[in-house]
Amino acid sequence: MNVMISHLEAHNLTKMYDGSLALEQVNVRALARQVTSIVGVNGAGKTTFLRILAGLDTPSEGKILIDAMEFRPEELRTHCTMVFQKSVMLGGTVYDNVAYGLRVNRTSKQDIPSKVKFALSIVNLNGFEKRKARKLSSGEQQRVAIARALALERDVILIDEPTANLDPANATIIEQSIKESAQSRVVLLSTHNLPQARRLSHRTVHLHRGRVVEEGDTASFFANPRDKRTKLFINGELQF
Amino acid sequence: MGNGEEDGVLDPITEGLIRAIQLILSGDPEVYRITALSVFVSISGTLLSCVWSVPISAVLALRNFPGKRTIKGLFNALIGIPTVALGLYLYLLLSRSGPFGYFQLLYTPYAIIIGQCVLVTPIIVSFTTSALESVDPDLRTLARTLGASSRQTDAVILMEARWGVILAVIAAFNRAFAELGVAMMLGGNIRDFTRVLTTAIALQTAMGEIAFSIALSIILLGIVISLSIIVNLARR
Repeated sequence: MNVMISHLEAHNLTKMYDGSLALEQVNVRALARQVTSIVGVNGAGKTTFLRILAGLDTPSEGKILIDAMEFRPEELRTHCTMVFQKSVMLGGTVYDNVAYGLRVNRTSKQDIPSKVKFALSIVNLNGFEKRKARKLSSGEQQRVAIARALALERDVILIDEPTANLDPANATIIEQSIKESAQSRVVLLSTHNLPQARRLSHRTVHLHRGRVVEEGDTASFFANPRDKRTKLFINGELQF
Repeated sequence: MGNGEEDGVLDPITEGLIRAIQLILSGDPEVYRITALSVFVSISGTLLSCVWSVPISAVLALRNFPGKRTIKGLFNALIGIPTVALGLYLYLLLSRSGPFGYFQLLYTPYAIIIGQCVLVTPIIVSFTTSALESVDPDLRTLARTLGASSRQTDAVILMEARWGVILAVIAAFNRAFAELGVAMMLGGNIRDFTRVLTTAIALQTAMGEIAFSIALSIILLGIVISLSIIVNLARR
């Protein structure tokens, strides 16, 4: 990885789909070496927010800054990568999957095996290189997806509901790898799993109906929520 | 009486089958010449069509533009074009008085290749487009997040749909190999020059040479079925 960035900033992000607002004036600042969790009920706009940061969607308004420099969507893809809730495997082996991003980004052929090996070790999949990726369990596939993202050594990793519907053993390994990956980059984690956000993140942002209703350091977010909707959400009483 | 009639119907067929097997096993040069030309023109026509059909399919499946649905509908409709009608239009184009008469292609194997090329284009385009469209769209998103360019992303989709594309090409080959109208009208069924399996079967049957026709039809069916079996085995 090149010189590490210090922060990513979403500035007044608004996204409209077919006349309805998916995101409205969202401002979020995420620092390097930290996990920033975006929490909220299903449909709150978490995935839309991450997809815009990943350069997969274009915001209707607003901008994205990395270290105070503005980036267009196609430029963002050279700094950010995303892990999706539903892990999608390319055909071929686990090695092929993790190496794919390195190949298309023209990493030297000599460096690819060591980078793949290192990424797989973070998610505890050493020795899985030759296994067919699509034959793995969903938990193992999600771990491959995280390794695939980590191997790229991007400045920002966006992780969307990584442990939804996974067994506790896989979820624990994934959480551990998220912590480890945050040591050298910005990590944004979207989740509706509040205990997970509490365990992993330094800062927590509550997105509700496309708007940020509360944000702060994770300890105070959960101990003393200021917003009524956040209180209800933490208590499991928020209706969307 | 009934038995006698049945015998009268069955005997020539059985006899034809036996002679057909003898013709194939004895390596009858005419049978093999006709088969070789059939395979050559059908493979040439199919592969030549792939040169434009696969890129057209990629554009139809992977890009959005006005009129896309209409074009896809047109290719789907053209799958069922009667080969005799297509043969007639191409005959008019290639005949001496036609716009391409100068090239003197009519009644040559090249004319059959051109005709089969046109005939199979809608098949390859429609089936390949459908195969590409059936690939999980999330794969495209994934490739983009991993830094793939637009072309590299298309390559991922093509790779994923490769068996669908191969099946489209095999279906096109089978169609070309088994069609009669284009080969008859553009090739003229000239012995040792443009006679292919289907035109030979039609001619020999009309002449009452049932055994020869059966021999050729066994080869025709054998090649078509073997190809499908090989593709299915390779797919596993």
